[in-house]
Amino acid sequence: MNNCKYDLLIAGAGGQGTILASKIISRVALAQDLEVKTAETHGMAQRGGSVVTHVRIGSRVYSPLIPLGDADFLLSFEQLEALRWLPYLSSRGTVITADLVMEPLPVLTGREEYPADALEQIKKAAHRTIVLDTGQAEPLRRNPRVLNMILLGILCPLLPFPRECWEEVIRETVPPRLLEINQAAFRYGLEYKAD
Amino acid sequence: MSAKEIMTGNEAIARGAYEAGVTVGTAYPGTPSTEILETLARYKGIHCNWSVNEKVALEVGIGASLAGARVITCMKHVGVNVAADPLVTFSYTGVGGGLVLVAADDPGMHSSQNEQDSRHLARLAKIPVLEPADSQEAKDFVLYALELSERFDTPVLLRSSTRISHSRGLVALGEPLPREPKEYVKNAPKYVMLPAYARRRHPLVEARLQALQEEAEKSPLNRIEAGSPELGVVCSGVAYQYVKEALPDASVLKLGFSYPLPAGLVRRFAAAVKRLLVVEELDPFMEEQIRALGLEVTGKELFPAVGEYSTELIREKVRGESRGTIPPREIPSRPPLLCPGCSHRGVFYVLKQLKVHVMGDIGCYTLAATPPLEAMDSCICMGASIGTALGMVLAKPELAGRTVAVIGDSTFLHSGITPLIDVVYNAAPVTVLILDNGTTAMTGHQAHPGTGFTLQGKKVPAVDLEALCRAVGVRRVAVVDPFQLDRLRQTLKEELAAGEPSVIIARHPCPLLTRESSPPLAVKEDKCNGCRLCLRLGCPAISFDGKKAAVNPSLCNGCGLCAQVCRQQAIIPVSEEGR
Repeated sequence: MNNCKYDLLIAGAGGQGTILASKIISRVALAQDLEVKTAETHGMAQRGGSVVTHVRIGSRVYSPLIPLGDADFLLSFEQLEALRWLPYLSSRGTVITADLVMEPLPVLTGREEYPADALEQIKKAAHRTIVLDTGQAEPLRRNPRVLNMILLGILCPLLPFPRECWEEVIRETVPPRLLEINQAAFRYGLEYKAD
Repeated sequence: MSAKEIMTGNEAIARGAYEAGVTVGTAYPGTPSTEILETLARYKGIHCNWSVNEKVALEVGIGASLAGARVITCMKHVGVNVAADPLVTFSYTGVGGGLVLVAADDPGMHSSQNEQDSRHLARLAKIPVLEPADSQEAKDFVLYALELSERFDTPVLLRSSTRISHSRGLVALGEPLPREPKEYVKNAPKYVMLPAYARRRHPLVEARLQALQEEAEKSPLNRIEAGSPELGVVCSGVAYQYVKEALPDASVLKLGFSYPLPAGLVRRFAAAVKRLLVVEELDPFMEEQIRALGLEVTGKELFPAVGEYSTELIREKVRGESRGTIPPREIPSRPPLLCPGCSHRGVFYVLKQLKVHVMGDIGCYTLAATPPLEAMDSCICMGASIGTALGMVLAKPELAGRTVAVIGDSTFLHSGITPLIDVVYNAAPVTVLILDNGTTAMTGHQAHPGTGFTLQGKKVPAVDLEALCRAVGVRRVAVVDPFQLDRLRQTLKEELAAGEPSVIIARHPCPLLTRESSPPLAVKEDKCNGCRLCLRLGCPAISFDGKKAAVNPSLCNGCGLCAQVCRQQAIIPVSEEGR
């Protein structure tokens, strides 16, 4: 893993679980003896606002922030947020996004319009796009808060870290009473085949 | 090999305090500094307490230091303004046990009202500044700071920033030093700053600054990383990381101990490179000092004094490279907003209805300044609502009866009591609304003296807000539940018309804290006439499809404000649907 570099941007709205997802990726990378830095959003911005977590993995990491145009992966919990953070993606980068639509206040109050073609715009701009059909995702029906685990499951085979390591980190990180549903969500992501 | 752990800068600072044998930690919560004390409180054997404000936090810290303890006091950048009074004179007295003051700046204003550079305050106080560049340094620098503090008899400012405090990185853990506070020694000429004694202390402060500069010259926190002689970059804090990534070939002078500036080291570095750059976030603090040495240097004519820096900014400004390949799009913003079920929402809805001037304050409720509530005229700093309301009414007597100050419970205790006394003292017809949600919500629900609980959850006597307001001379004190809109409206009208100082305490706990909720509401489509009145609440659970409103049941907290606002009785609890 000499000279490797993986920059991942995790985007969502405040309270969706982006920070937990970044913690798990970080711990998996640490177990490979790689350096990891992350940058998070706290405070006022968290109140339902647009939030993003940067995760940088490599043999040597300087800035905790991914430079514009350098991200290898953009994991998004919502369509509009994937579109918002797209400029961070590299020309060879992959978008993994849930197809969820969460209308922000300017849209709810009718002042602005939600882009109806958000997914098309993402697919057009990104080298590769994987869209999670949340309506079909069984684990989400049991607990909508495990979306992060499904996205991590989709990400897992795209990174050169052993699956067992992800599973072990999830076991260590998730509270015992929520472990089973989180594991199921991760497996759902592992086996997920986008249309 | 020592154990390593991935930590935020704030967690690492707390770890550093633990390893350095700190026995007292004080703070007032403020993003991005809050988690330092919360983390420190989890280590055994350290007395940690939330203070009522940053001035008191530092004063408690000073007392603990004089008593012989090693101390850490933490605050956000604007908190240092509040603590500036004790800080500048504490520089004269010096310490007993070492004291490190952590100031967390917020370039980019992620969660702040300004983006001041707190290094100026350290210069004003003539105390040293350390600027860590990652979590490991954040921990190491705390140990260094306390040692420096004791060796040079000075408080030390550790300057963090959002990207240090809220970034995670690997930290090698060390063994904690013994927790043994020094003896307290009474020493009035050193600790009593009356003019005769202070005159003797000031020359010592100036001499100390000289000695600290010599220390900075040879400090391991400052280092030259030799690269190409074409370009040399002086940098500090997180900007170092951006420089290393954007300009891998450049020579770098990394200043971890940035004030007093190690002038000799800077001169040596400058002499070895053809072009000298300074990359520092916010103000040209180092740059101006370097220029004063007579050196030719480029800084703020290339880089902005506003906002955060980044790798791509440096690539663009120094190497002329463009930023990314995918252009940003014009898409709807997703602003932060008051949560569903927030106890503040109804208050601002009513204030807007009454068309009064609202002098605002610092907290979640500042979000009521944004659309659609747009119910705030000003917000300056912690506690400013009451003083500014008084000023409005003094300047324009016709604004009496049309001006309110709105302040949260934690903010009121922080710095709202003294201006309330001023309102009473001036017999001014000002109405103060205390939004008492029983917590310091914005920074993550910290306890405060009004909650009756300490940082550790221990029960203590709670400040009685009603009794406090009466005790300072407010004769009219009313308590209302902000979810009862009619009662709230009526009370506001009465108090605004009273022609004398009055306080309304709008009391309801933060729903994020209590997790209180009721069954969600729903819109009866046949009754909704599309008037959009409910949209004026700015509730994220209510949407509008162009004709009718709808409630998102997964977001709705069931607070019922929309049902109170609706004139068609079209919004009802889901359980009553179909009846």
